[in-house]
Amino acid sequence: MDNNRETLIEIEGLYQIFGEEPNDVLPQVKAGASKEDVLAETGHTVGLRDINLTIKRGEIFVIMGLSGSGKSTLIRHFNRLIDPTAGKIKVDGENIMALSPKELITFRRHKMAMVFQHFGLMPHRNVVDNVGYGLSIKGEKKTDWVPKATQWLDTVGLAGYEEQYPSQLSGGQQQRVGLARALCTDAEILLMDEAFSALDPLIRSEMQEQLIELQENLQKTIIFITHDLDEALRLGDRIAVLKDGKLVQIGTPVDIMLRPADDYVKAFASDVNRARALSVQTVMTPSTEKLDANTVKEAKANFPQDKEYVFVFNNEGYQGVLTKEQATTLDDESPLKDALHPVPSVRKANLLQKVIPLSLNTRFDLPVVNKAGELTGRLEARKLADVLSPS
Amino acid sequence: MARYPALLFETLFMIDSSWLTEFPDMSRRDLLAIRQTLDSAYRTFSRAYGQSIEDFFNPLLHFLIWFEDLLIQTPWWIVLAAIVGLVYAATRSWRLCLGVLASFLAIGYFGMWEDTMRTLSIITVCTILSICIGIPIGILMAGSDRARSIITPLLDIMQTMPAFVYLIPVVMLLGIGKIPGVIAVVIYAIPPVIRLTNLGIRLVNKETLEAATAYGATATQRLFGVQIPLAMPTIMAGINQTIMMALAMVVVASMIGVKGLGQPVLKSITNQYFTLGLLNGLAIVALAIIFDRVSQTYAKRAQRHMEGNDNG
Ligand SMILES: Nc1ncnc2c1ncn2[C@@H]1O[C@H](COP(=O)(O)OP(=O)(O)O)[C@@H](O)[C@H]1O
Ligand SMILES: [Mg+2]
Repeated sequence: MDNNRETLIEIEGLYQIFGEEPNDVLPQVKAGASKEDVLAETGHTVGLRDINLTIKRGEIFVIMGLSGSGKSTLIRHFNRLIDPTAGKIKVDGENIMALSPKELITFRRHKMAMVFQHFGLMPHRNVVDNVGYGLSIKGEKKTDWVPKATQWLDTVGLAGYEEQYPSQLSGGQQQRVGLARALCTDAEILLMDEAFSALDPLIRSEMQEQLIELQENLQKTIIFITHDLDEALRLGDRIAVLKDGKLVQIGTPVDIMLRPADDYVKAFASDVNRARALSVQTVMTPSTEKLDANTVKEAKANFPQDKEYVFVFNNEGYQGVLTKEQATTLDDESPLKDALHPVPSVRKANLLQKVIPLSLNTRFDLPVVNKAGELTGRLEARKLADVLSPS
Repeated sequence: MARYPALLFETLFMIDSSWLTEFPDMSRRDLLAIRQTLDSAYRTFSRAYGQSIEDFFNPLLHFLIWFEDLLIQTPWWIVLAAIVGLVYAATRSWRLCLGVLASFLAIGYFGMWEDTMRTLSIITVCTILSICIGIPIGILMAGSDRARSIITPLLDIMQTMPAFVYLIPVVMLLGIGKIPGVIAVVIYAIPPVIRLTNLGIRLVNKETLEAATAYGATATQRLFGVQIPLAMPTIMAGINQTIMMALAMVVVASMIGVKGLGQPVLKSITNQYFTLGLLNGLAIVALAIIFDRVSQTYAKRAQRHMEGNDNG
């Protein structure tokens, strides 16, 4: 994760209290009264207390916590499905608490899309009409949005299901429709409230993989809610842990695993098989340093002097690893291909358990490439070992 | 000190103890006064506004007469073909069409065609009116708890108050005829469509509605694009009940001059014509069954995609 991405969403001092007179109870909550005390004394439920966080453009930000910890309540503040009792919410520098009802509708239409735990599809609209819902209520012409919706259905793997109705689809398929509906609006921010929690484990894992792959191309800002640390670790660039409406830790997956802030987080973390929970993206070092070469001659000429070895690419993509030693000793006329070490490449979305054997089999870092075959980073064996060794 | 309350009790007891054995009701004279005041106030009201209220309902009366004439004066086989055509369009079921055809042929054969057409016309108009008035009220109720708490007791009264009681002011105001009949039928039949519209909208899946909001739907888009379509099965059940209740009012309405299948029934009661009563009664039953089956089949056909959904 590069830390210099710009801030997209800012939440400051957010409180949510459910009940008749939340404002009367607020001072008490601010003073630190516990959720139980507040409920017993005033009959009000503390949903969220003093939430402060910033979300950066292009990251997957996961909010994790047990059921009832306030995750759904929190995510519903981002598009103001719920108004806070106190606090500031800024999106792209704009204070969304100040929006008029009309502006709020425009904001929801253009800025954010949402995916729901139980899909939230419209049973009376067929699949393509569901996917195009966001565009259709914006007033876009049907002839304009149907092709887009069809395209997105194809992207999520549901080509041919256009005329079906949600009740005719399986849970996994319905959630793909939900995802396509969210992507179809072109909104920059995706809110996903336990989007995969209602799915079977296998389908769920498939959907996670699909989301990571889509994200590689889309670079949306995704706020993802889950009660499952495995899922949080797999998807999140950063993870916020929520407990009883309070944030207890915000950090990268590695932070959460290796440096849990308190016993609550520790209990979560100790329960996790790291090799199965973490993906390459949580461990890799982002980098695009590579060598573009078709012949030994080119490779020699462009070999970076400060490196021991490089990943060699040509217009067909990744080819292999070339060491400095080779670069100085090779014969100019010999074919480059024969000289390269066949180090396999990995993908961001791969789970660590899949790449451990690959990493053990070679003394080099593994290159991380994306769907288009471009280099996005490197996976260092030492870092891998660090993450996997129990703390 | 301790004796004081007992003393007080005794004094009260001795002054007048009749309230223990007999309800301390208001005097007959007072009651009469109240009745006279209210009755005369209402009579003044109806004298002052009766005409304008009648004028207000005039277009409806014209429509009623026009529609009834249309059904009666068009040759019977055209009407029958139109009815069967409508039934087919709504249900796509040949069996139902056949049933409808047979029922109407029997009705015609037993000489009840004209009365049935009159009843059909008034029931149709009453149902359309109930839907047009009832659904918006139901929507209002679903949108506001305050509205609901006001309207619910009113509906309870409308459904339990004997129809004859609210016929009195209607007749005082508008006399005897079609319009008072329509008003009485609508008052009696409208509660189910209101109640079930409210219920249906309140039961709409919360997440689906939230999804609409999250994608930027306006209140109107939510209402017509999500709430009403998803509440439709429930609303249809309400409409169905409304039609049934309207049919049940046919006989009562005939007491204030609504012509149709109700009048022969009324005549049979006073003159003890058993067969006449039975035949007309059966015709009403046939109409009820036809309305019921057709509206239910139509509803099922229109909602076939919603099965297995939480909104049931
Ligand atoms: N509309 C509401 N009225 C009262 N209490 C609520 C409401 N919504 C949520 N809560 C309470 O707020 C807390 C957090 O709920 P929620 O955000 O749904 O948790 P999660 O999504 O993490 O399971 C719970 O204690 C819940 O009972
Ligand atoms: Mg939740």
